[in-house]
Amino acid sequence: MLDKNGIAKRIAREVKDGYYVNLGIGIPTLVANFVRSDINVEFQSENGVLGMGPFPFDGEEDADIINAGKQTITTLPGASFFDSALSFGMIRGKHVDLTILGAMEVAENGDIANWKIPGKMVKGMGGAMDLVASAENIIVAMMHTNKAGESKLLKRCTLPLTGVGCVKKIVTNLAVLEVVSDGFKLIERAPGVSVEDIKNATEGNLLVQGDIPEMDV
Amino acid sequence: MIPKIVNSPEKALEGVKDGMTLMLGGFGLCGIPENAIAELVRKGVKDLTCISNNAGVDDFGLGLLLQKHQIKKMISSYVGENDEFERQMLSGELEVELTPQGTLAEKCRAAQAGFPAIYTPAGYGTEVAEGKETREFNGKMYVLEYAYQADFAFVKAWKGDEAGNLIFKGTARNFNPNMCGAAKITVAEVEELLPAGALNPNEIHIPGIFVQRIFQGEKYEKRIEQRTVRPRS
Repeated sequence: MLDKNGIAKRIAREVKDGYYVNLGIGIPTLVANFVRSDINVEFQSENGVLGMGPFPFDGEEDADIINAGKQTITTLPGASFFDSALSFGMIRGKHVDLTILGAMEVAENGDIANWKIPGKMVKGMGGAMDLVASAENIIVAMMHTNKAGESKLLKRCTLPLTGVGCVKKIVTNLAVLEVVSDGFKLIERAPGVSVEDIKNATEGNLLVQGDIPEMDV
Repeated sequence: MIPKIVNSPEKALEGVKDGMTLMLGGFGLCGIPENAIAELVRKGVKDLTCISNNAGVDDFGLGLLLQKHQIKKMISSYVGENDEFERQMLSGELEVELTPQGTLAEKCRAAQAGFPAIYTPAGYGTEVAEGKETREFNGKMYVLEYAYQADFAFVKAWKGDEAGNLIFKGTARNFNPNMCGAAKITVAEVEELLPAGALNPNEIHIPGIFVQRIFQGEKYEKRIEQRTVRPRS
């Protein structure tokens, strides 16, 4: 089984040379720590920066330079700042190559819910609805089950949707899966996790074809 | 050169009345019009509709207006990190319209650029699109979203000149340029106000035609929401 860093490490292998990548809050933010150093990648933050670097050294933080999680950041050579309309133009116009975000629920038809729990939590969708409606290459990073042990990979989402039919790939603490026409296709198992374990933790239709390799992380 | 300078926040906010719709720039607490917000609090105008990506924190930004119950309705994309906001929303004192962030930006930009509405894929198939016109273009579904209609836009820039030209800094740019000229009157506050000619025309982000009033903020607290640092090795 993977921890959050393990999930981030596996997703980092999906980041290819020349990619512009948008990282969501939470596990996705950790992906930047594991991207190979021999490829050229730029990270976009939808509040208006391309070419995000690491967090600043203590004392060097600048209130005017933050990421979408409102954390102080730095920029790398080649970075640029821009307004919110242009930022979402990059996203909506499909100029960003890969979007990695978290989710509360994903359904076997690719629907995603990650912004609202009626009666409990209403913080808003921020940029998530724009991201999932536009990006062609979306990877969801999340735990396979919620805190109550219930599957987050469902036949149909129960929470208010963020987007419909948009998720193509999911990396969890248990597995790598692809969303195909008839369900979640199991691609890889996390180290020490059996196909049976994944079946038990998946409410939606799980497609298992042939031997499922263990992740190389 | 058409001069836009006003000498005080009081002058800058002349004409702001109860019940008006205001746009306020900023993302989180980054790039918010701190001095205009302080003046709105001092003026005590109420029943405001505020279009702003966030609603500040309990004791800063738009949170200051929420504390005084001056806001009737918030139009935002993300409203976490504010307990008073949550309390007013759950008790029904405050009306809230949650809008996807890119849609919010584009509804401002549409108003600025003279478009009555735009089609966006964001929110299609979700509760955000309920009751809204949808349309298919090239096999994909889009939602019709109308341009905002606002009385005042309050924006914050880094440098400005007496002609109202603006330059923003870092990610404090965010929604500020999109709100300039998107309301009947745009009020810009800047950290540094310079004479006409002091800014290089090649480097101006927003031309003064979009700004009716400009003033230099007395001070900027620039509070950081999530101070995140790494150790020096």
